[in-house]
Amino acid sequence: MSAESAAEHVHVHEPPSSFIRRWIFSTDHKVVGIQYWILALVAAFVGMWLSVVFRLHLANEGTIAQLNNQLSALAPDSAQAQALTEQIKALQAKWFVLTPEKYLSYLTMHGTILVFMVLTTAPMGGFGNYFLPIQIGALDMAFPRLNMLSIWLTILSFITLMAAFFVPGGPPNSGWTGYPPLSAIPAAQGKGYEGPGGYGQDLWVLSIAIFCFASLVGAINFIVTTLDLRTKGMTMLRMPLTCWAWFVTAILSLLSFAVLLVAGLLLLLDRNAGTSFFIPGDLFFNKPLVDHRGGSPILFQHLFWFFGHPEVYIAIVPGMGLVSHLLSTFARKPVFGYAAMVFAIFGIGIVGFFVWGHHMFQSGMSPYVAVAFSVMTMVVGVPSAIKTFNWLGTLWGGNIRFTSPMLYALGFVSLFVTGGIGGIFLGQNAVDIYFHDTYFVVGHFHLIMGVAAIFAMFAGTAFWFPKMFGRMMNEPLGKIHFWITFAGVNVIFITMHLMGLEGHPRRYSGFNYDFLSSNYMVTCHKIVTHTAILTATTQLLLLVNIVYSLFAGPKATDNPWEATSLEWAIPSPPPFENFKGGHVPEVHHGPYEFSVPGAAKDYIMQQEPPEARPATAPSAH
Amino acid sequence: MAALEIREAPAAAPARLSEGAGGPSGPAGGSDGGGDGDGDGGKGQHLPRRTYFTALWLALAGSFMIFAALASSYIVRRGLGGDWQALHLPPILWFNTLALLGSSALVEWARRGLAAGRLDAFRMRWLSGTTLGLMFLGGQGVAWWELHRAGMTLSANISASFFYVLTVAHALHVLVGVGALLYVAALALKGRAEAKGGLAADLSALYWHVLDGVWLCVLGLMLVWR
Repeated sequence: MSAESAAEHVHVHEPPSSFIRRWIFSTDHKVVGIQYWILALVAAFVGMWLSVVFRLHLANEGTIAQLNNQLSALAPDSAQAQALTEQIKALQAKWFVLTPEKYLSYLTMHGTILVFMVLTTAPMGGFGNYFLPIQIGALDMAFPRLNMLSIWLTILSFITLMAAFFVPGGPPNSGWTGYPPLSAIPAAQGKGYEGPGGYGQDLWVLSIAIFCFASLVGAINFIVTTLDLRTKGMTMLRMPLTCWAWFVTAILSLLSFAVLLVAGLLLLLDRNAGTSFFIPGDLFFNKPLVDHRGGSPILFQHLFWFFGHPEVYIAIVPGMGLVSHLLSTFARKPVFGYAAMVFAIFGIGIVGFFVWGHHMFQSGMSPYVAVAFSVMTMVVGVPSAIKTFNWLGTLWGGNIRFTSPMLYALGFVSLFVTGGIGGIFLGQNAVDIYFHDTYFVVGHFHLIMGVAAIFAMFAGTAFWFPKMFGRMMNEPLGKIHFWITFAGVNVIFITMHLMGLEGHPRRYSGFNYDFLSSNYMVTCHKIVTHTAILTATTQLLLLVNIVYSLFAGPKATDNPWEATSLEWAIPSPPPFENFKGGHVPEVHHGPYEFSVPGAAKDYIMQQEPPEARPATAPSAH
Repeated sequence: MAALEIREAPAAAPARLSEGAGGPSGPAGGSDGGGDGDGDGGKGQHLPRRTYFTALWLALAGSFMIFAALASSYIVRRGLGGDWQALHLPPILWFNTLALLGSSALVEWARRGLAAGRLDAFRMRWLSGTTLGLMFLGGQGVAWWELHRAGMTLSANISASFFYVLTVAHALHVLVGVGALLYVAALALKGRAEAKGGLAADLSALYWHVLDGVWLCVLGLMLVWR
């Protein structure tokens, strides 16, 4: 083997000359990474815009509810009552007041787009594709053509999902979880086949199935690359924590997306081939809906959440890896407890497969089973706390540089902790009986899975932009964007926690507050909507920053952040074969050799000769 | 204590790495040699032989999860619904099983022939194995047709639904396997079966054997929980 390769001479490889092979249907992992990143950016804006639309709806609905309350106190025929009725009608005629079906459709698409097309693509497919091979010293992913297949299947999946907006009946409205029977029988919605549960739902299932397949292919590529293509000296325990995170994420993807694929295909059969995997008997809406008995919607929930819980970690674990990397780089200190971080990531990944039942406490589960799932859920808190402790340990006494990537990373830690505390409430089955399906849950998962992961993407974008595009992003713009977004998401989602504490149910398009303190709820809804509009608008700053910096940002040096991993040892942007002439350097140091006593400068890059590290310096980790 | 552990590990790991990683390590990142569809993406990245096996095992792990999800759905759904009708498996399945196992044996025999450098024997055995694989697929088609004719259509009863889903999922895997066997057969006819130490033959054979195991599990599942 080595004899065979040693016999071959090294020569420079030219990128494909045709534009399409170089930039569209490219097998270069860097191009594929950027394609994933752009896909996530587009999808993020679509998903966010949907949320603004239904936030406007909710705020208007609140006003309508208040006016209705006033109306009920007035004599029906009085002039005042008539004026109020007119006002309500005018409000209802507004574009932003949606029908309940439309509201749920937008909610479904918002969730699906963000969970699959943003949270699952950018951290892994985007940054992972671009930087995993470079950080471990490989010329490309192990199977570049499969890599190209992954991104194009993912794009196909996104197009299929978007097509649901344009078919008769519009997008599906059974939620991003697609629970049957709502998702399985169009007629269960009290509509004909033209309703929202029609073609839109079929496209949704199809899109998810394609996405699963693409993710499986991608995951195999990531694991193989990490295991088999590391350069000389790049032992597993010398990999940056980003690589560890992508590695664990890929294992999670491989094992969980296969199960979702099965759930999706069985659902598709239930919808179109008359089978009864998930559809229970005796469904009745005006007339009996099915002529068979015995299907189990709970079975779908089990399959879905066996995927769905690891999916949460698929979204967040790459962020954890990146944040560990950034905190160390910008605090100019080694990561506190590198090995503990690795074990914690693995711990989260493994335990993550045994907690899916906590999404189903209210689905009719035996309390004994629920307690088992509850205990396992609490166990996830242990590795999570180890990580948080080590992040703080990394910062402690550091010489912190508050650049915009660092701010985003700190934002991630904050959001992860805030969101995580809500998880301790929800993970206990007794407490969850109260909180289930309230806004508390919405606030919780948005903080910990949604915005925390998004902040990691902001951090990754700000940190790696100079490497990917050869130009620096604008720092002041980045900082303004950070502060408004950080404050905004906290206001939005902490307010939602408060609404949940009061018992406000989620997924309702309209409400009657007779049983709740109405003004409080309506005020909360308005605060959330106003802040959401502000925060969403602020994202344009990010877009402006990206576009402006692409063309007019100051040229980036090879290593603008004075970081240690291999991607900073090559030009910005990297040449086609990553390392000039395919000469991958040998690695001699751990990934976080910052502030080594006695060293010439405050960081030692991984490929520097062994002498760069004084023999007298104490062990790094 | 913790520091000790970590200091230990990097020292131990290079030994594992050095065994096959001459390729990815910088100086020898040379060309792939054959250049026949390993997808080096034009960069000439050398992949050690074990890389392909790692990838295959991982793909099989994904497939394992697919069948595990189907099997657990099968058991749960059978236990939950009161509407399960026991399915009489078409007898041809036993013939199909023999064909698949025989195919696997022939393919393995062929692979050993290749390793011993007996190319003619390899071609004969490999093509017979492939033919048996195709016969398995044909036989499965007959089984579906018989069931269908007997009124056990996909939607007739949930037991039939599971039968079709499980056997079709397996048959799709077999189809990929037959494709791989034919690819190697085509290589053999071009006299290139032994390229890279018979890598393509070894990979296809491994995949093909695992499909035997999957089939036995699927069959066992449908026999034990009728």
